[in-house]
Amino acid sequence: MSTVTLFGLCGAVLIGLGLYGALTHPQPLRKLIAFNLLGSGIFLLFGTIARRGAWNAVGGDPVPQALVITGVVVAFAATAFAVALLLRLFKESGEATLDPTAPVGAPPGRPES
Amino acid sequence: MIAEPDIANVAMTTPGGAWLIAALVWPVIAVLLTIVGGGRYAARIAIASMPVGLAVSVAIAARVLPEGDALVYLVGGWAPPLGIALRADALSAVMMLTTAVVISGAGLFAYADFGPKPGEPETRTSLVFWTLLIAVWGAMNLVVTGHDLFNLYVALELLTFAAVPLVCLDGRAATLAAALRYLMFALLGSVLYLLGAVLLYGAYGTLDITLLAARVQPEPAAWVAAALMTAGLLAKTALFPLHLWLPPAHAGAPPAASAILSALVVKGSFVLIIRLWFEVMPALWSVAATQLIAALGAAAILYGSVLALRQQRLKLLIAYSTVAQIGYLFLMFPLAFDPATAQLQGGVALTGGVLQTVSHAFAKAGMFMAAGLIASSLGHDRVADLAGVGRALPMSLIAFGLAGVSLVGLPPSGGFVAKWLLLSAAVSTGQWWWATVLVVGGLLTGGYVMLVLIRAMGTVAESAAPLKPVARSREAIALAMSLCAALLGLLALGPVELPTFGTSGVATAVAEVGP
Repeated sequence: MSTVTLFGLCGAVLIGLGLYGALTHPQPLRKLIAFNLLGSGIFLLFGTIARRGAWNAVGGDPVPQALVITGVVVAFAATAFAVALLLRLFKESGEATLDPTAPVGAPPGRPES
Repeated sequence: MIAEPDIANVAMTTPGGAWLIAALVWPVIAVLLTIVGGGRYAARIAIASMPVGLAVSVAIAARVLPEGDALVYLVGGWAPPLGIALRADALSAVMMLTTAVVISGAGLFAYADFGPKPGEPETRTSLVFWTLLIAVWGAMNLVVTGHDLFNLYVALELLTFAAVPLVCLDGRAATLAAALRYLMFALLGSVLYLLGAVLLYGAYGTLDITLLAARVQPEPAAWVAAALMTAGLLAKTALFPLHLWLPPAHAGAPPAASAILSALVVKGSFVLIIRLWFEVMPALWSVAATQLIAALGAAAILYGSVLALRQQRLKLLIAYSTVAQIGYLFLMFPLAFDPATAQLQGGVALTGGVLQTVSHAFAKAGMFMAAGLIASSLGHDRVADLAGVGRALPMSLIAFGLAGVSLVGLPPSGGFVAKWLLLSAAVSTGQWWWATVLVVGGLLTGGYVMLVLIRAMGTVAESAAPLKPVARSREAIALAMSLCAALLGLLALGPVELPTFGTSGVATAVAEVGP
């Protein structure tokens, strides 16, 4: 098995794990970690694609590398934002869960009067 | 496998293309200025920058709409596949105009809530609101003009990051939870979209929409990428059954923010679905795929409308109405499918879908603003206790009613023309089941609009506590939004020819390359 294939498979496994975690865990923090796992898998896959694109005496396709850097920045910003939101929710309500059993049709807050 | 880039197909910067840069740069400058200005000057800076944004959008529309020629700008002069192209076609121009008018209206409407108040200290909420308002505008401009799938991913993220905090401006636990749930759906949508884009790059070596359209083949890599990207975008557009985040988020936000979220933000990802289905891979879809996505739309219409009828709070009723109206957008896919060439084609159905996007944007903005005024006057928004609103706030109620007229699809509203186009496309292609959905959805919509109007027209005893007055100017803004929706149909039926939304250049390129 070539290195490129190995890394590609690793990326696929990470994506699968991340997707599984994101869909099955109701806790926001776990979902967030799963998203990061999924994101890392995508970046690894993209790196593999860049390496596979090595031809004409170029060691690798430079475009995916540039895109991965941007992607990492975006994923970092998203994670920081979600954690900030989660911390604030914990401070306000004392819990860090989104109850999946709560009826969606229920009003988000009690009527003011 | 990878075709050589077709040089004749590669875009060049067109005259006037620099307007696209102007449309992306002014919001960034305005956002930076609001941050520098702080809470005290944020409102004034944001309001002052709005005419600039309106002018840029009008300038682009004036160049694109009459002739139908797209504006193209190659960033840095680098041609795709190495560089990034910006492109504004008729769809972009129409969405930019809608964004400009709705956000300007929402900004003026919100001045009373988030503007500087004499004698009071500046607030962080006000700074955040104005910054995000302009940020949403900038992100929408990028979403509709981006012509590179990765560039569009960044645009989608910008839109999400600008939209989610608008949900929880008041900082209550309930709205924070709504915002977090929205963010979780949005992040899932983003990673799925990104994964699809990466797979497309791996298979075809480009992310430029025009180049991809010429290279995509019906094969597993393209199918998986298309499915992932569509699923991700559907989560952001809140199509049933991925709508769970929408009602609490849109109902909990302040009225001006609700208007923006419901009218524009969900449409951003919808525009990308149109780009993906009609432009990148029009020949990839089967009859089953188009029927499936429209079936989800039909389920959204029925489910959303029935739940709207059962809501006890006005803002939740309107939010569920958004779930239903989003469903209409997806009915166009099977109607635009041409069985002879086995690909999606622009035409009556696509025009109907775009018109529904625009008229729903104006109608929902007007409706949320009117509901916000009603709630601030009554001190609550329980549908059962709306009696007396008709007498106290006639203008707001007319705004609500006119918006309802467009949602139901009564002439001469934009909603009427949109649904008429979809209905005639359904009849002419012999797909009567979608016509049935359109009619039943219209009846249910009429039900929940009338429910509110009848309750609000009720009379109250003379001794009842008087309602808090609201500013006439704010009622006028809500009314103006609803009037845009209600009169859009006249514009479309009358002197102005509907722009043709299509995929002319791209579609022919695919037809030549396709099997």
